[in-house]
Amino acid sequence: MGSIFENMQGVPLNHYIWFCALIFTIGVMGVLIRRNAIIIFMSVELMLNAVNLLLAAFSVHHNDPSGQVFVFFIMALAAAEVAVGLSIIVMVYRNTQSIDINVLNRLKW
Amino acid sequence: MGTSVFYFVATLSVFFALMVVFAKNPIHSVLYLILTFFTFTVHYILLNAQFLAVVNFIVYMGAIMVLFLFVLMLLNLNKENEPNKSMVLRIIGVIAGGCLAVTLIGSLRSVAISDPLVLKNPSLGLVENLGKELFGPFMLPFELSSLLLLSAMVGAVLLTKKEEKVNG
Repeated sequence: MGSIFENMQGVPLNHYIWFCALIFTIGVMGVLIRRNAIIIFMSVELMLNAVNLLLAAFSVHHNDPSGQVFVFFIMALAAAEVAVGLSIIVMVYRNTQSIDINVLNRLKW
Repeated sequence: MGTSVFYFVATLSVFFALMVVFAKNPIHSVLYLILTFFTFTVHYILLNAQFLAVVNFIVYMGAIMVLFLFVLMLLNLNKENEPNKSMVLRIIGVIAGGCLAVTLIGSLRSVAISDPLVLKNPSLGLVENLGKELFGPFMLPFELSSLLLLSAMVGAVLLTKKEEKVNG
């Protein structure tokens, strides 16, 4: 396992930041352009994952295990969030026979 | 050879993430999301964060993906009548996302932290080290997260239960 990391030495931290910013942006784009509620949810998961990876990278950079502990907490939170969110989607589908989020624009008023 | 693994896997994850957003069929989106999470697991292994790699594998590719696929199959949405936004809104969304990317990357270019990532302590991400951290200073948040999971479980069951009085 150590030998894998030996080969990995030398990726600049900036490239991790750019990569995670790119993935986060793809998630934001997904939230903006899709109307299917489940796909919007998956885009939110993408954003969470990008932030997780960046936290782990910074934890390695600063040699501080707290970052990885926070990633663990975010993963527990994401599991809870997905369970509640998908049950809300199931309920919306049962009431409106659709998961198009434009059906929910009555929530505005 | 060393760093090229990172760039190869990063390219793969960007490609799969784009396919999640732009795939027409929701089932394909979920399958591409599984592949994206797998590439993230590879990233964790490359950072020598073995505990996070295993947790990512189990929680995301196991639990969350099964939940997504299950709901998608349950709702029977794999017919091709998925609602699409108009072309103008899509283009505006892509432009807005691109603006965000340009802003983030452009502002981070001025930050001069480009020293290569070096693991000073090889056992940083191992279970033993993280366990000591988790059950030492982070004891209270760790126990509170069990309350969070319990309330999420109860909430999910309550939300999906049929309300017989209203419907009947």
